[in-house]
Amino acid sequence: MTVTDPTEKVERNWDGDYDLTEAEKKFVARHIWVAIAALFVGSLFGPLQSFQYSGFDLYGYLDPIIKSYYQGLTIHGVLNALVWTTFFIVGFTNLTTMKGLNRPLANPRINRIGFWVMTVGVLMTAVPILLNKATVLYTFYPPLEASWAFYLGLTLVVVGSWIEGLGFYLTLHAWRRDNPGVRSPFIALGGVINAAMWQIATLGVAVSILTMLLPWSLGIIDGTDPELARTYFWFTGHPLVYFWLLPAYVSWYGMLPKQAGGKLFSDSLARLAFWMFLIVSVPVGFHHQFVDPGVPQTWKWIHAILTYSVFFPSMITAFTVIASLEYAGRKRGGTGLVGWIRSLPWSDPSVTAQLLAAILFMFGGIGGLTNASYNLNLVIHNTAWVPGHFHLTVATAVTLSFIGISYWMIPYLTGTQLWRPKVALFQAWTWFVGMIIFSNAMHMLGLLGAPRRTALGDAPYVPESWDGHLLRVSIGGAILLVSVLTYVTIVVKTVRGPKVAAELVPTVPVAESIRSAQLTPLWLDRFKPWLIAAAALLVFAYGPQLVDQILNMNLNAPGTDFTPW
Amino acid sequence: MNADPTDTDPRDEETPRPSMGIDPYERNWMRLSILLLVTFAATITIGGLVMGFEVPGAEQEVDPRTVLDSPPWSEPGVREVAPGIFEAYVVAQTWAFVPQSITLPVGAEVTINLTSPDLQHGFRVDETNLNMMVVPGQVSTLTYTFDELGEFTYICHEYCGRGHEAMYGVINVVSAQEYEALNASTTTTDAPASAEEAAG
Repeated sequence: MTVTDPTEKVERNWDGDYDLTEAEKKFVARHIWVAIAALFVGSLFGPLQSFQYSGFDLYGYLDPIIKSYYQGLTIHGVLNALVWTTFFIVGFTNLTTMKGLNRPLANPRINRIGFWVMTVGVLMTAVPILLNKATVLYTFYPPLEASWAFYLGLTLVVVGSWIEGLGFYLTLHAWRRDNPGVRSPFIALGGVINAAMWQIATLGVAVSILTMLLPWSLGIIDGTDPELARTYFWFTGHPLVYFWLLPAYVSWYGMLPKQAGGKLFSDSLARLAFWMFLIVSVPVGFHHQFVDPGVPQTWKWIHAILTYSVFFPSMITAFTVIASLEYAGRKRGGTGLVGWIRSLPWSDPSVTAQLLAAILFMFGGIGGLTNASYNLNLVIHNTAWVPGHFHLTVATAVTLSFIGISYWMIPYLTGTQLWRPKVALFQAWTWFVGMIIFSNAMHMLGLLGAPRRTALGDAPYVPESWDGHLLRVSIGGAILLVSVLTYVTIVVKTVRGPKVAAELVPTVPVAESIRSAQLTPLWLDRFKPWLIAAAALLVFAYGPQLVDQILNMNLNAPGTDFTPW
Repeated sequence: MNADPTDTDPRDEETPRPSMGIDPYERNWMRLSILLLVTFAATITIGGLVMGFEVPGAEQEVDPRTVLDSPPWSEPGVREVAPGIFEAYVVAQTWAFVPQSITLPVGAEVTINLTSPDLQHGFRVDETNLNMMVVPGQVSTLTYTFDELGEFTYICHEYCGRGHEAMYGVINVVSAQEYEALNASTTTTDAPASAEEAAG
């Protein structure tokens, strides 16, 4: 054995011997505070919407601050789906990059700039939303016309996340230079793959805003091409869900097994899953446009098939994560077919939150397959089924996992201990139960034909057969309100709690793989072939139709000559 | 999967050569996943090509600023183009459908065309496979046969401003006799047109 023996270095990488400096912890934490503030404010409006469904409309009392159900819905969507997720993800990826690679960021200034660009973007977006000048929901479909500040702010959030992504990539690049022949540590590689996928995916909204929406809102052009804008939006809109999901997968594959007392079952399949997401996350956007005019059926069908292929890495994830957990459960003394489940550390709120998130994700995945199924989509497109679905995915698989991660990460970043773990357990279970009630009722309403994003409490066409489900939506919303208020209380109490001795502060859980990562094939550790494949598939699946729509662009839809909200 | 058939047990720490090291159970799980997804793909394809469960496609582009000035969009409504074959032109605009009700005889095969002069809207008819986005500049088209009597509500399912939740209409499917009686008693603008077309 020589000093350059790769396996020897791998052992050192798994050690996690580099600890973040106080300044680095503060920098990561800053992202998390913005994220949690957004989750808190945004989540106050979700329950208001759910109460409105059963005729218990509190929006009237919020006037003159919040003008309508739809303004509240815009706040809920933008803050929860865009701000909470993006800031948490970027903050968490800073942590997994440094901790995974056992080194500081290659150029911390780049990431600092990225953070501030994102933050200025959020503030710039928030002002018109709060002034009721951008009640366009988080999809901002033209010709609904928001204030220019809304579009510019969103652009800055995206650009800031690109800058931070560049910082992650440079750090991985520096590590690779110093560690030739060594497999990149999984939690760091996963974060960088996600950042790369995000940079490809967000080209859609970037082009849409810069070439159409921003000039239009500034009065430079008179109208928009709404169908082209939809195609641009969903170029970004579907990979957006994988951008949310992959950091949760980083934790499920690379951290949760350690927390549960086990190891990652298969390092090579974990990597394969991430590379597959890089390739197939983006060229699937037309499955959000199955019932659109202006897009030929052939392209819709091709995207339906590609959407099935993006389900494959999630099936790998299901097996590998469950196998990793089974390994942990059996190591802890669990026996029998399901006995190992009981042996998992259910008293640890961080583990419990993530396990519950993963359980509901299975149902989210099944519903997602339904959505992706081309003609089957006719039954549920734009019905309440769809928010029912993504409250299982982004609002539970992702959000409850992030909450679980924060239960070790916030104490780690602030040098404290989690305030009352039993209350945190209560929080995780109430989220789980509230979301089951809410989401099941929303799915049912969708099958009965209730439209999504509609103030159903005021709708004249609601039949009696919907009433029971509408009430269950409200009950689920009330339970979730309790859960989110509990979460914010836990965060505040934890941060303001006493600093404890270093050995009492939680450490960053980094799971080893059962088989050394050094035995993973080299082709699963290289960007180039996967980036080429991603570009090729993108050109094949999006190129012809996108070029056709751009060449036939008609900027002739002016919208309304009054403010429609 | 570029899996090496000579893979050994993944828990074997001594294996010196890089390989996928896929557990046999997981390999079967992956095969099963692919089989499942291929089955789904075949199902939707057969459903579309053979059974006629079709989604809208690229039909026709229009200028949303002037589309309502000339036929057929200047006279939205439903007309019979051949015995039992109907054509409907429905305008979706803030915040109403024009027309707000459509009457059809049972068994009618109707091709529904939609467009919007202002914002994006949605159109979904209760208890049917009729579900379309309505996008300014585009015409959305689907065909459906109403084989059952009853009232079928159509609802706008895309947010279009403060009146969105009140935007809906009704398709009345009535018996052939009732439909004839209704047509005889009313002098709608479409009736002569459809009579002419039927005669021609």
